[in-house]
Amino acid sequence: MRRPSSWHLVLAPMALVFALPLLWLVVSSFMTNAQINKFPPTIIPDSLHLDGYRYVFHTGHFGRWFANSVIVAGTCVISNLVFCSLAGYAFARMRFRGSRVLLALMLATLVIPFQLTMIPTFLLMKHLGLIDSLGALILPSLVTPFGVFLLRQFFVSVPREIEEAAWIDGCSRLAVLWKVVLPLAKPALATVAVLTLLAVWNDLTWPLIAINSDSHYTVQLGLATYQGAHRTQWSAVMAGNVLVTLPIVLAFLLAQRTFIRSLTSTAVKG
Amino acid sequence: MPAAAERSPSRLQRVFGDTPTAWLWVMPAVVIILGLSLVPMGWALLLSFQKSDFVTPSTWVGLDNYRRLAEDATFRGAVQHTLLYTAAFVPLSIAGGLGIALLLDRRVRFVGFYRTLVIVPYIMSATAQGVLFSFVFDSQFGVANSLLHTVGIGPQGFLQDPGQALWVLVLIGLWSGVGFCTIIYLAALQDIPRELVEAASIDGARRRGVFMHVVLPALRPVTVFLLVWQTFESLQLFDLVFVTTRGGPLQSTTVVVLYVWQQAFEFFNAGYGAAAAYVLAFGLLVVALVWGAYARRREARLT
Repeated sequence: MRRPSSWHLVLAPMALVFALPLLWLVVSSFMTNAQINKFPPTIIPDSLHLDGYRYVFHTGHFGRWFANSVIVAGTCVISNLVFCSLAGYAFARMRFRGSRVLLALMLATLVIPFQLTMIPTFLLMKHLGLIDSLGALILPSLVTPFGVFLLRQFFVSVPREIEEAAWIDGCSRLAVLWKVVLPLAKPALATVAVLTLLAVWNDLTWPLIAINSDSHYTVQLGLATYQGAHRTQWSAVMAGNVLVTLPIVLAFLLAQRTFIRSLTSTAVKG
Repeated sequence: MPAAAERSPSRLQRVFGDTPTAWLWVMPAVVIILGLSLVPMGWALLLSFQKSDFVTPSTWVGLDNYRRLAEDATFRGAVQHTLLYTAAFVPLSIAGGLGIALLLDRRVRFVGFYRTLVIVPYIMSATAQGVLFSFVFDSQFGVANSLLHTVGIGPQGFLQDPGQALWVLVLIGLWSGVGFCTIIYLAALQDIPRELVEAASIDGARRRGVFMHVVLPALRPVTVFLLVWQTFESLQLFDLVFVTTRGGPLQSTTVVVLYVWQQAFEFFNAGYGAAAAYVLAFGLLVVALVWGAYARRREARLT
């Protein structure tokens, strides 16, 4: 029989530090403004209400912002899987002139900070007529250098013999990639998907620059402006915050192993 | 000439490589990645020598923008705030992450649950964190002040207090940033061969000795990675500041990226903003070069 370890005396308070703000986020979203505005404020409410959620549905366009975020994040995840696979495979398996230089250049772009490129990227998108459209949000994230690099590293590690058998059967390169290589690459593909999803779903800076009209807001931009406009309606703001945060936290809880492996893979290149 | 006829396909092959397919496959990635990073990078450099408001034709002003930056008190403040934030956030998040990882690296019940709680704040967007903590630290309705009230401490200004706001931002940053360091360290701890630790213990090394001479050195590459990664993150701080304080109160939390954003997209000084961005990029480049030098030295030592 194992007795409960005394380590919990240290671990539980530590975990509480991280848990309490999250708990407060959820609890306060179910409080009324009267409960919140009392002084000294209540910490444990005597009753829970849906006022905040009702208010947020009437005054915000969270449904629209959600749809926008899903479109942008969904498109970017799929296109990253396609384009990073193609480029990663070509860099790993095909010999062509300039491949080393191109790969090195792509790796170098990993350290270019976004604030350096954001002003010209805005100008570029303006010339393309994409400013204030979802296209401006999608185009820069269609394919990411880290995804290309990660998949290239994976493809290099796949034994050539596995592919050679398929070549002998007369499969085209695309068929080999699709039928033989990609099924083996599922963990690496999941990593690319998770990192793209987190980066695109959580971004505020670029939508803030590229989008003006609130019908094209993403959830993060919507939440930020909603807070600015309804500063005194804290329960509604927290209800909106719950709506924005819940999907990503649920995704994390459902695929925790994949998320953690993806996040730690960023350190591998170091 | 049969020799030339024989050579021409091979020359074609040399130009296009094994197969033109390769070019076709890398093209989308190359065009988008290089087109939206190297091209804007050069463009920003040109912009930084110009006076531009996005609308009227820009004029060449040489090094004027950089000269003005050197005398701009607000920009100097922004650099100071950014460095202060970095100096506090980077070591604390790494030390905190290491401490928590060491705590979690054992077989006790619920350890997975604890780990989940530590990481969830990192998964949350900076916007969501900022909105949540604007409420928690609200000087009137915030739960932080009511907790202080119960232990007999008077209400604090927090994000509304110029003396406290930056440190409150560091706290919020740590709440979410520690989780990333924790999982990186946890993965690294699990990679340390058990035999190594056991061998050291058999040799009579105390627990402290094992930690100092076996565990810490094994974690060094990861620590260096985290130093660079966290420095990059904190020098580029923006979303959290935008959502919570917008640089206030009294510009006490204006950080460099916020300054760049304000100059370019609030005051429409695109050239001036680009120059400010280049000053920050130079700082990041120094960090990247130091890291590159370290990585190469390590590789040289290993081979």
